[in-house]
Amino acid sequence: MASVKMPQLGESITEGTISKWLKQPGDQVKKYEGLVEIITDKVNAEVPAPLAGILKEIKVKEGTTVTVGTEIAVIEETVTAGATQRPAPAAPTETAAAVPQDSPSPVLGEGRGGGSDSRTRLSPAVRALIEEHRISDAELSRIEGSGIGGRVSKKDVEDFVAKRTQPATANGEQRQTVAPAAAPPAPTPGTTIPLSPMRRAIAANMLKSKQTIPHAWTVAEVDMTSVVRFRQTAKDSFKQREGIDLTFVPIIVKAVVEGLKAVPVLNASWSEQGVVLHKDINIGVAVSVDDGLIVPVVHQADRMSISGLAKAIDDLAKRARAGKLGIPDVQGGTFTVNNPGTFGTILSYSIIAPPQAGILAMDAIVKRPVVVEGDAIAVRSMMNLCLSFDHRVLDGVSAARFLQGVRRWLEGFSEQVPLY
Amino acid sequence: MAVKTVIEAIREGMDEEMARDESVFLIGEDVGNRGGVFLATDGLYKKYGALRVIDSPLAESCIVGVAIGAAVNGMRPIAEIQFADFIAPAMNQIIEEAARFCYRTAGDFNLPMVIRAPWGGGVHGALYHSQSIEATFGHIPGLKVVVPGTPADAKGLLKAAVRDPDPVLYLEHKRTYRLVKGDVPTGDHVVPIGKADVKREGKDLTLIAYGLMLTYCLEAAETLAAEGVSAEVLDLRTIKPIDQAAIVATAKKTGKVLVVHEDNRFAGIAAEVMAIIMENAFDTLDAPVMRLTGPDVPAMPFNQVLEEAFMPNVDKILAKARELAAY
Repeated sequence: MASVKMPQLGESITEGTISKWLKQPGDQVKKYEGLVEIITDKVNAEVPAPLAGILKEIKVKEGTTVTVGTEIAVIEETVTAGATQRPAPAAPTETAAAVPQDSPSPVLGEGRGGGSDSRTRLSPAVRALIEEHRISDAELSRIEGSGIGGRVSKKDVEDFVAKRTQPATANGEQRQTVAPAAAPPAPTPGTTIPLSPMRRAIAANMLKSKQTIPHAWTVAEVDMTSVVRFRQTAKDSFKQREGIDLTFVPIIVKAVVEGLKAVPVLNASWSEQGVVLHKDINIGVAVSVDDGLIVPVVHQADRMSISGLAKAIDDLAKRARAGKLGIPDVQGGTFTVNNPGTFGTILSYSIIAPPQAGILAMDAIVKRPVVVEGDAIAVRSMMNLCLSFDHRVLDGVSAARFLQGVRRWLEGFSEQVPLY
Repeated sequence: MAVKTVIEAIREGMDEEMARDESVFLIGEDVGNRGGVFLATDGLYKKYGALRVIDSPLAESCIVGVAIGAAVNGMRPIAEIQFADFIAPAMNQIIEEAARFCYRTAGDFNLPMVIRAPWGGGVHGALYHSQSIEATFGHIPGLKVVVPGTPADAKGLLKAAVRDPDPVLYLEHKRTYRLVKGDVPTGDHVVPIGKADVKREGKDLTLIAYGLMLTYCLEAAETLAAEGVSAEVLDLRTIKPIDQAAIVATAKKTGKVLVVHEDNRFAGIAAEVMAIIMENAFDTLDAPVMRLTGPDVPAMPFNQVLEEAFMPNVDKILAKARELAAY
């Protein structure tokens, strides 16, 4: 007997809600096969079975929230010599008799039905069908592969879809994992909106941050004219080459990375043992989604070009809106960039996401008359960068030096700065 | 409709075209009094006389060269190369002159001529009477290459070749001459050049072939059906210009394709077909595109065991198709 515990699905996550059991007591489960869907405040995740066996008991009902580490199910391990559990042959064949009992038979079909490579290696046709019929990973794992090595063939998927659509009502609800989340009902004044797990998580995190972190706030005004001009000239070729839009965000993130390199104490976390300076620069980028806000992380942003950042951010944002972020995508951030400026704000006082030490808001880029060199007045594209920082970790001087670095990098922007 | 052999259909096609158009004439080794080594022109010498059925010297360069000169001057020659293996001496005439003529004259002149050549193995013909030349000539821009596999297509494509304004290399598989019989529509039956034909509908996988291999693939498809595998058979019929649309359509339909030819493997027609599929139907593939071809050895061996080893046959097609079906 082995117990399955509520996993730690993120560093700041303390509890999770059982959304759906994919297996029922008595069901045979394969190792790594989807066992249960869990909703946490950051992501929804399918938890794989830690070992092969029979699901003996479900300890936590669907819809219940429990803390990390709580036992949620019990699996009875299947005791077999081989790695895969295949049904015992009805009668021993000649070859089976010739093979010593404890050596796994070296046949092609070794991985049939198991989580082997040939299952996960899907042909383009199968991928297209999965997309078209919105087949979830859990459903895919239930499709019996008839191809060599257990490969799931086009026919297997077609057969599965045919079976699925026949008793539409019986199986319909299994599709909820991929169906896009229903838009929240329009709020009616005078009623109470129930708290979604994400809403709760945001609330708890923000409260914790405000209660434990002494926020300090400082603003720098940046002349973005060079960046705006550059983007104007480069955006078409960029779109053609990379297939995505060149926005200001990756450029700002690049500037932030440069600033953090110059002021490493801002890429840090407070702890009672001391200020932990992080080796990697992992930038969280706030993305607004239907029912709240999520902050996926660009890991090792200091190793990326602007186009690399653009791609990474575009990918994360798309997956965030599709509800397809994985746990690693939201973990490990060391600093956050927020972009309220797209909504026209000019001064933003963001709340730090613990255990980070700072968050930078890019506010709107607006054309304003500015006094430039030689006391002339010119029309320039101006933007405010607002930094909230943990005053336990660093002081105003370091914070200002960081903003100074970011500002200089942006104002000194020219075509010489490599895009790719 | 009447059941005919491939050789009868070809003879009938030439006969009808000669009767229809006085500018059509035949030239080749032994095509006259002897009626050709395979009797493709049997009876035509008697019917149309020595001026329209010309026995040439044993000089392929001359046969093609004369045909080119005649075509430039308004005739529609059908030149016969006795065996495709003998075409090499005429390479210069075909590639450097015939294929380029229209391009070289900026479209002012066309060269309406047909070069017929019996090709392929499986007849115990050994090195000089078994070769496949379709990939070699398919590579040459300006040249059309057709490879009928049934009596109806043999007749229909011959007529289309005679009427085509450009040089057409008409390849007739000698093993099919009397082996393959089938209905040939009566009347003026013309099969357009450049159109492949689905000879058998299927949904699990596709066999793409031409010439003799078409017959073998159809036979294999029959056996596969008994095994529960529904195989589609696409007959290319024309090598150049190849029917991309038909190839892509069948690949998209079944997602699994096996290309079969007896020509050497390297840079063969299968390679081109596979490339077309990869470029246009990748997203719909359910298995790697496969091919079954002759090996990369210089020529067909005489020894029967070795000849069988060289030639794809129904059993080899079945084995490969089963592999594809199981993938």
